[in-house]
Amino acid sequence: MIDKSNENNDLMINRSLNRDTYWPTTLLMSLAALICCSCTSDNSQNKRSQKDLLVYCSEGSPDSFNPQLVTSGTSYDATANIIYNQLVTYKPGTTEIAPSLAESWEISADGLRYTFNLRDDVPFHGSQIFTPSRTLNADDVLFSFNRQRLSDHPYHGISGGRYPYFTAQSMGQLIKDIRKTGEHQVEFVLTRPESPFLSILATPFASILSAEYAKQLNRLRQPEWIDSKPIGTGPFRFERYEPDAYIRYKRFDDYFSENKRVKNLVFAITPDAAMRFARFSAGECDVMSYPLPVHLRVAQKNDLEVVQTPGLNVAYWAFNTEKPPFHDAKVRQALTMAVDREAILQTVYDRQATQATNPIPPSSWAYNNSISKVTYSKRKAMELLKEAGYENGFSIDIWAMPIQRAYNPNARKMAEMIQQDLADINVDARIITYEWGTFLSRLSQGLHHSVLLGWNADNADPNNFFSPLLSCNSAISGNNYAKWCNNQFDELILKGRTSSEQDERKQYYLKAQEIFKREAPWLTIAHANNSVLVQPEVSGMMVSPIGNINFEGVTLEQQSVDSGTQGVTP
Amino acid sequence: MFATLLKQLSTLVISLLGLTVLTFILSLQSETPVHQFQSDHVVVQYFEYLQFLLNGDWGTSSIHKRSVLKDFLQHFPATIELIVFAMVLAVTAGLGLGILASTRRGGWLDNTLMTSSLVGYSMPIFWWGMLLVLLFSLTLGWTPVAGRIDFAYDIEPYTRFMLIDTLLHHNQYGFAAFLNALHHLILPAVTLSTIPMAIVARMTRSSLLAVLKSEYIRTARSKGISKQRIIWVHALRNALQPILTIGGVQISIIMSGVIITEYIFAWPGIGKWLLEAVSRRDFATIQGGVLALSIIVIAFNLALDFIGIYLNPRLRRPS
Repeated sequence: MIDKSNENNDLMINRSLNRDTYWPTTLLMSLAALICCSCTSDNSQNKRSQKDLLVYCSEGSPDSFNPQLVTSGTSYDATANIIYNQLVTYKPGTTEIAPSLAESWEISADGLRYTFNLRDDVPFHGSQIFTPSRTLNADDVLFSFNRQRLSDHPYHGISGGRYPYFTAQSMGQLIKDIRKTGEHQVEFVLTRPESPFLSILATPFASILSAEYAKQLNRLRQPEWIDSKPIGTGPFRFERYEPDAYIRYKRFDDYFSENKRVKNLVFAITPDAAMRFARFSAGECDVMSYPLPVHLRVAQKNDLEVVQTPGLNVAYWAFNTEKPPFHDAKVRQALTMAVDREAILQTVYDRQATQATNPIPPSSWAYNNSISKVTYSKRKAMELLKEAGYENGFSIDIWAMPIQRAYNPNARKMAEMIQQDLADINVDARIITYEWGTFLSRLSQGLHHSVLLGWNADNADPNNFFSPLLSCNSAISGNNYAKWCNNQFDELILKGRTSSEQDERKQYYLKAQEIFKREAPWLTIAHANNSVLVQPEVSGMMVSPIGNINFEGVTLEQQSVDSGTQGVTP
Repeated sequence: MFATLLKQLSTLVISLLGLTVLTFILSLQSETPVHQFQSDHVVVQYFEYLQFLLNGDWGTSSIHKRSVLKDFLQHFPATIELIVFAMVLAVTAGLGLGILASTRRGGWLDNTLMTSSLVGYSMPIFWWGMLLVLLFSLTLGWTPVAGRIDFAYDIEPYTRFMLIDTLLHHNQYGFAAFLNALHHLILPAVTLSTIPMAIVARMTRSSLLAVLKSEYIRTARSKGISKQRIIWVHALRNALQPILTIGGVQISIIMSGVIITEYIFAWPGIGKWLLEAVSRRDFATIQGGVLALSIIVIAFNLALDFIGIYLNPRLRRPS
């Protein structure tokens, strides 16, 4: 009975409500209207070019606005070529050294003294708290280097007091003294001849900051603002940074160079690569950083512009030479022969890379052309293993780096392919990954058998590959994860670093590459292209082999114009 | 009433203390200490830790050297904006759909709504978000892909609530900037609100159906009270009770949802901030962020309890 009456009750209410229950529909309708009223907003790309605004979809937030304090490429991109200048620079798109803040320089015959003549017409940016009273002079250079170099410098301890790049490159030991020899002249005195020195001075950590600004901040008792409210001499001045959202720059109209630039520059921080590409495709940004191979393929299919150049990088598979069976060069060679690198290039890089033969890329002047690449032959590999006494095979670990880098977009996939290749020659491989920090710290403890990694050079000198990755010193504490120490090789790269004649240096490096190939501490896999995606209305975009982004000379135009870059879509 | 409030508040204090104990233990494990303690004794250190927290010193990020608390407060408005908008969407649409379904129980509309709410409820949010972007942003071009506003609008972050900030820039851009910000908010909010909306709709339907069956509704009807009044004043108020309780649980779903949503839409809130910190092992930030998030969840639940007490006279007296 009760049930029945309840049902009746329901029904009656139902009927009576029928007329009045359209309000949710109305609500949804009004929501839809709201969506549509805002969806008719005009084309954002047009709006941007009216404002002369260029949006760059970048891959992450910078750690600091002072490149001296950091080592991440993302932080360098946001600072080194945007806000600051260095004494010397690379010619756009090349690895050649060119004048920048220093208009000329002399190197003493013994290679120990570098004298730089500074330009006398370089103004610094101004801001709400700082109005520069003078142009760049020797004091600014001294300030920028001494802050990193001298532990009793008033600014040394500011913002943590750690200068990772300066320390990692042992600049403290290398630079004996820096002297002001004139209002616009500085002299660097070195403790030993170091041929890559000019290349080193072109890297982000050697950016020049304002000594006058530092004084002003001391008066304001806010010295750490020097790193968060940056003042430099560069083509753009810093305007605002919203963490994880965007960085805004404005054109610096008094910039010492005449290069054309856009009025407003925005870095739209978008860490997810798929989302970055979606934003680019929807026209929300003009330039996109670190496209994945699949994006490049889609872009090329749709006639979007891909600006790319072979990068100064290498992806490699390093064998831990301290662990058997990898102490035996024959085993290492056998394994290098067993891997089908063509397939890796196809699958992992989507052909956006070249196969690597030497640890340095072909664009380097020290590249050894006479070394032939390892032939892929499982039969030969088996023979070698037999000679070494391992015909029954063995089992190893392959550590695959857990993060994605341009030079190694998918180490895990690579590891799986290598695993399959190795199975054919009776080598049983197990793939291991950890979270990135743990991965690195366990690697330096030498807990691995072999590891898939890569390297992106920070300066164009060949030494930047050999010393940090393959020297005996770096095997003890550094990035030599093959733990490989060959005395002959070590001697050669030391000579290459200290002699000042480039031709002489080249001979040493050529020889070193031969030893490297014979000893096979790594299987060199690929040199990936550095690439960015660019909308048609952007012109003048170039990609440096070094990898740091540069917006000098980049302009926006309504109609699509020939970009004049080297290395447009192949 | 007072005793109930007191009881609720003491639960709050106890859970907060428990939380700080947890984060304190976490901080002891980290390689780089977040705070420098004077004492060597762990218990004394804990009190020092509380002292630090109360003084607003939540540590400094090991990566970019900014104050964690300041960073949190900087990222929080973006998250609140997204959550509030998503919650309003979820509650209004969820209630509406729930009422609609309950009044047509068993009909095709009811079945469609309940099936789709089940689908919405079981949707993995990152996939759903991507799908929406694919459809509405890339295929149809109706909504922007990511971000909070078009960069053509240079908005000074006064309050960091984009909707408010754009209104404050009214002189410069009129309402165009505000509409643009709203436009950017739609897709993330829809993504985030899908699951709670489905839950609210289902809860409303079943709760309302249960209430409509009760005796007092019959009585009210027999007294000649209008049907609308029965639903809005008599039935809905009581039906809201369980919905509110579920709402409290929702906040933790929303919080985990907001982290993913922010990541997908490059939304510069605490979710993106925390994920970034996790991926870079920034312990100070993780620790401070987790503490702050938990405090918010607890505070939100408490606020809901108070609303529940206000709505239900029976709860005002302590049992």
